[in-house]
Amino acid sequence: MAYSDKVIDHYQNPRNVGSLDKNDKNVGTGVVGAPECGDVMKLQIQVDDDGKITDAKFKTYGCGSAIASSSLATEWLKGAMVDDALEIKNTQIVEELSLPPVKIHCSVLAEDAIRAAIQDYKAKSGTATKTEAGA
Amino acid sequence: MTVKTPVYMDYSATTPCDPRVVEKMLPYFSQEFGNAASRNHVFGWKAESAVDEAREQVAALINAHPKEIIWTSGSTEANNLAIKGAAEMYRSKGQHMISCVTEHKAVLDPLHHLESEGFEVTWMEVDRQGHIDLEALGKAITDKTTLISFMAGNNETGTLHAIKEIGRIAKDRGVLFHCDATQAAGRIPLDVMDQGIDLMSLSAHKFYGPKGVGCLYVRRKSPRVRLVPILDGGGHERGMRSGTLNVTGLVGMGEAARIAREDFDLETSKLAGLRDKLERDILAALPDSVVNGDPENRLPHLSNISFPYVEGESLIMGLSDIAVSSGSACTSASLEPSYVLRALGLGDELAHSSIRFSLGRFNTAEEIEFVTEQVTKEVTRLREMSPLWEMAQEGIDLSKVNWTTH
Repeated sequence: MAYSDKVIDHYQNPRNVGSLDKNDKNVGTGVVGAPECGDVMKLQIQVDDDGKITDAKFKTYGCGSAIASSSLATEWLKGAMVDDALEIKNTQIVEELSLPPVKIHCSVLAEDAIRAAIQDYKAKSGTATKTEAGA
Repeated sequence: MTVKTPVYMDYSATTPCDPRVVEKMLPYFSQEFGNAASRNHVFGWKAESAVDEAREQVAALINAHPKEIIWTSGSTEANNLAIKGAAEMYRSKGQHMISCVTEHKAVLDPLHHLESEGFEVTWMEVDRQGHIDLEALGKAITDKTTLISFMAGNNETGTLHAIKEIGRIAKDRGVLFHCDATQAAGRIPLDVMDQGIDLMSLSAHKFYGPKGVGCLYVRRKSPRVRLVPILDGGGHERGMRSGTLNVTGLVGMGEAARIAREDFDLETSKLAGLRDKLERDILAALPDSVVNGDPENRLPHLSNISFPYVEGESLIMGLSDIAVSSGSACTSASLEPSYVLRALGLGDELAHSSIRFSLGRFNTAEEIEFVTEQVTKEVTRLREMSPLWEMAQEGIDLSKVNWTTH
């Protein structure tokens, strides 16, 4: 299978790989996918008091396109406002990375991961109670 | 360390033609171009004599009589001819066959075709190492069974079926034994007499011959096996396979068989030595890795290893300087992992993360070191990026996590 240059670049030089403290109330964590399906993404955001995303990290188990989709998502998330981040659509990821049809599910998973991370952050900061992150 | 990249380590997919094979083939393109079926001039006689020599060379590799070799276009055709040809010929005796879930598609699909025509097929399951239960095989044979089909060495895991024992069971119960030896030729001893095999498929390009030629061994005596042909025409190959012979290709297959036989001991011990080193070094560097199949009774050139917590396609993408195969065919949205590895009882996650290394004649010790280094580096990098690896390090049992399947 031929990969686009952008997928290869993200795969070889992934941005923002790592983990944030999932117990921090300013951190939202989303874990989506399943090992038996061949993809699991963990995406985390750190949000300041103004609702701005100051940091984003990911870890992904999956094919090159899945790694690239989550790497790209963290780039877009950093510096964005939480509510604006909810507007990120999988189709934008498909377009940016030139993903072929068989890899569209990777972008869908990245969108799901963004939403799950934001939802987790909102649940934690809104109620100020600890919610077990992700899965 | 200077290694020419990309390193080819996918000899189970295909092998390059040995230069000696090419050398032997060359005159048969333009000079000795005759049709082996032309009986009334010297062009035909020379072609026929070249084909006869190849027949002897291939027969010698499996201890058969030259007249028992039926040329085909490769193993897929040989498997089809053996299975469908025997099914048709012995239809009045019965319409039951037995095979195994881990066979190659070229055996599975002809049998599925027969099932759709009303034949009954018993599919033997395998254990964790890829072996069938021989007692269960004996019990599965009925008076309606005409043929059983089991490969010699598995193309994905290398596991060897106990073909001599299977051959004995077939003889005792009066059923034909077809053996797909595509991966085994030149890599383990093959002897149709000793192993009790009635039909055997071979393909030249798996043992340094050209692509597009192969053969089916068809036993002539005790019992005399008869087959209904798939191709009707000029009645070549004792009427079992019509069509003008690919003289050039067959000359190549014959030479490849001669080399495989003469260099057998040297080559197989060298391959096993390199394979064992590769496996030992990778397991030492990445102790969580899992070797799939039977670690003892297997093809000498092949190692199938799962690397938990990393996904196979991304690993292959990272190993761009190495040509290997992945057990995960996740090029479609359905993400279908290898049916062979699943039959061994591997979870989908381990099946997704497996790599098949298959070594061959032209691999070197330096290449083994290079591959070990690359694999270690890339698996380590991908694990650092893997949420599953992180969870495992935290002591989380991945099988107990409530995943969001998609």
